[in-house]
Amino acid sequence: MYQLTREPIDIQKIASSLQRPEDGAVVVFQGLVRNHARDKAVRFLEYEAYESMALKKLEEIGIRAKSDYEIRDIGIVHRLGHMDIGVCSVAIVAVSAHRGPAFEACRFAIDAVKKIVPIWKKEFYEDGAVWIEGN
Amino acid sequence: MSVRVFFFAALADITGMREIRMDLSGATDVISVFNRLAADFPLLEAHRSSVLFALNSEYARPESPVREGDEIAFFPPVSGG
Repeated sequence: MYQLTREPIDIQKIASSLQRPEDGAVVVFQGLVRNHARDKAVRFLEYEAYESMALKKLEEIGIRAKSDYEIRDIGIVHRLGHMDIGVCSVAIVAVSAHRGPAFEACRFAIDAVKKIVPIWKKEFYEDGAVWIEGN
Repeated sequence: MSVRVFFFAALADITGMREIRMDLSGATDVISVFNRLAADFPLLEAHRSSVLFALNSEYARPESPVREGDEIAFFPPVSGG
């Protein structure tokens, strides 16, 4: 399950849609909007995406995760638009028979999302706003 | 030939638009399209060393050839998550 959404991310709904009787573990990673960055107080964030390519990359990451780790399925959902402090901007949910691969797949997937998916965040401070660029 | 060009994040702020249709003459590549845009929008030069290219929703290289109907995108290093 790979989605971009402008609505709040419903973790329970993602987990329920992925989970099957043969699964023994569900691991969830949530990325949250933090109130500080680069020694500055952050008021809120805005995310934008090159949506057609971002969806394609989310799916590629999921396929790779399923082939490289012993998970049965994975969901990756990234939210776009305005987000206040504390809300979930990205969620990864991995389901598997045993916990180890699900933890590892979540770590792999969030690292890959941050590295290759064409999504950008803009940080809004008291005195302005800046587009953040990755490495 | 006609192509569609997309800009994102700081690059969209510089050009003031998200999308433009461009008519190109003769064989060309991704970096040539960027060069032509940088001539019109000099502030793009500040991003030359870091800009990423995509052709039809896949990462491309500066020398990737551009064809009729292609969708080209220019954007900064990604920062989602």
